[in-house]
Amino acid sequence: MSLLTVENLTAHYGPAQALFGVDLTVDEGEAVALMGRNGMGKSTTVKAICRMIGSEGRLTFDGQDLHRLPSHRAARAGIGLVPEGRRCFRDLTVTENLLAAARRGPWDLPRIEALFPRLAERRRQRAASLSGGEQQMLAIGRALATNPRLLILDEATEGLAPLVRQEIRAAIRQVRDGGMAILIIDKSPRELAEVATRAVILARGRTAWSGPFAELTPDRAEALVGV
Amino acid sequence: MSERWVTLAALAALLALPLWALAADEPFTITLATRAAILALAATGLNIALGTGGLVSLGHAAFFGIGGYAMGILASHAQTFAPLSLGPWEVPGTQSMPVIWLVAIAASALAALAIGALSLRTAGVYFIMITLAFGQMFFYFATSWRAYGGEDGLSIWVRNGFPGLNTLVPIQFFGLCFAVLLLAMLLHGRLIRAPFGLALDAARQAPARVLAVGLSPYRLQLAAFVLSGAITGLAGALYADLNRFVSPAMLSWQMSGELIVLVILGGVGRLAGPLIGAGLFVALEHWLGGATEYWHAWLGAILLAIVLFARGGIVGLLTGQGDRRG
Repeated sequence: MSLLTVENLTAHYGPAQALFGVDLTVDEGEAVALMGRNGMGKSTTVKAICRMIGSEGRLTFDGQDLHRLPSHRAARAGIGLVPEGRRCFRDLTVTENLLAAARRGPWDLPRIEALFPRLAERRRQRAASLSGGEQQMLAIGRALATNPRLLILDEATEGLAPLVRQEIRAAIRQVRDGGMAILIIDKSPRELAEVATRAVILARGRTAWSGPFAELTPDRAEALVGV
Repeated sequence: MSERWVTLAALAALLALPLWALAADEPFTITLATRAAILALAATGLNIALGTGGLVSLGHAAFFGIGGYAMGILASHAQTFAPLSLGPWEVPGTQSMPVIWLVAIAASALAALAIGALSLRTAGVYFIMITLAFGQMFFYFATSWRAYGGEDGLSIWVRNGFPGLNTLVPIQFFGLCFAVLLLAMLLHGRLIRAPFGLALDAARQAPARVLAVGLSPYRLQLAAFVLSGAITGLAGALYADLNRFVSPAMLSWQMSGELIVLVILGGVGRLAGPLIGAGLFVALEHWLGGATEYWHAWLGAILLAIVLFARGGIVGLLTGQGDRRG
């Protein structure tokens, strides 16, 4: 049984329908890429999974119906979200950001600091004073501190310098190799292929294609993702 | 100067003043210092909700007054030897401070739970208005509560006792109030650094992000509001004991406003903020109040200057760090 199952998911923003039938699954320990052009429903799908917006269809996590849970309960059930746009608690220090979110589990502070040595160097610095890449590392670290079973990364390397993107991808691979399931959203198939083994591509609020990365031919990627 | 030093210096000053007054035989100064310590305790309670939690409560006088009336009711039954009837039970009054404190804490925490559970469903200006409305409900209830003095309030003849102390001696009562303030400040200091306090601070900054890490801002804020109300309630019991008098004035919205002023003067969310605010307030009230009837105008001017030029309050000014809250 899959850890996360999304079947025929629909969602609306007021009167405007944004999702028309998204299907995707993430198995325990698997890394899945969620792709698609801008406005095709990637972030909306993530918000629905995290129960930040209402949705219909099947949405289960570890056998639990997520539609019955408020958003903080979904997070407690084991879904760790790294939201779009490096959203740290700006007025807290690095360590405080991690402590505020921390729950018992293998991902404790030393392990997170080992994953991102730059955070260890800046423990007492306020989040607002960190560079963009460091804030992104902190946002990932904070999600890991909740010890989730599924880590969702929404455009985690968007707008960062290539070297920093590489550093963050390496860290994500390390998390994946540790056995955590990952759902990762990004625009670059080449970079996603380094992390994920399977891809789900959305077009106009529907799952347009899904399968192993190896089967994602350049033509298909061009047609659906536009790269 | 670091914030830690500011806190220690403020505590040392509050401790030194009555000791000097004792040596100089100025008992009234000891009473003023006691008043400052108690108001600082009440404002420390508020500071947990307002400073750390970002909850602008204009109803904290309700908890202050509930603490005051807990003292007044228990002590008045003790002094008339008439038992207090609670439905089928009859309970004797008491003049023991520890018992009174427990009742004051429990009653104000319960009120804070009820008020918070409803008010925290709103935010911003609605939260301010709902807490104000609850505060006024308690105020009007007390003014019409004939059994306990109604508008005239309730006088207690002798200050309540504390085991091992003679609370009628001003310096001993001051020491007791100072110790309680110190404990409350230690609690607030630990809370700020504990995961609960950090999450509460985070919920003030970005509630949606707190939800995303699996915490409920509502529950965090409700817990903080209850703790905050309980501390302010305890201060109310001490305040009533200082004056040996409790009246609806303790429950008035002006009292809530005064507590907010104390916190803003000293520094919102700063450990020593309430203490410095209360110290300044009592000093101004005494000195300026002796010189002019319109001393509140001067207080207003100082408050205006602090809000405009020193957003971190006096603590922010002393530490050279303005408002962390941007």
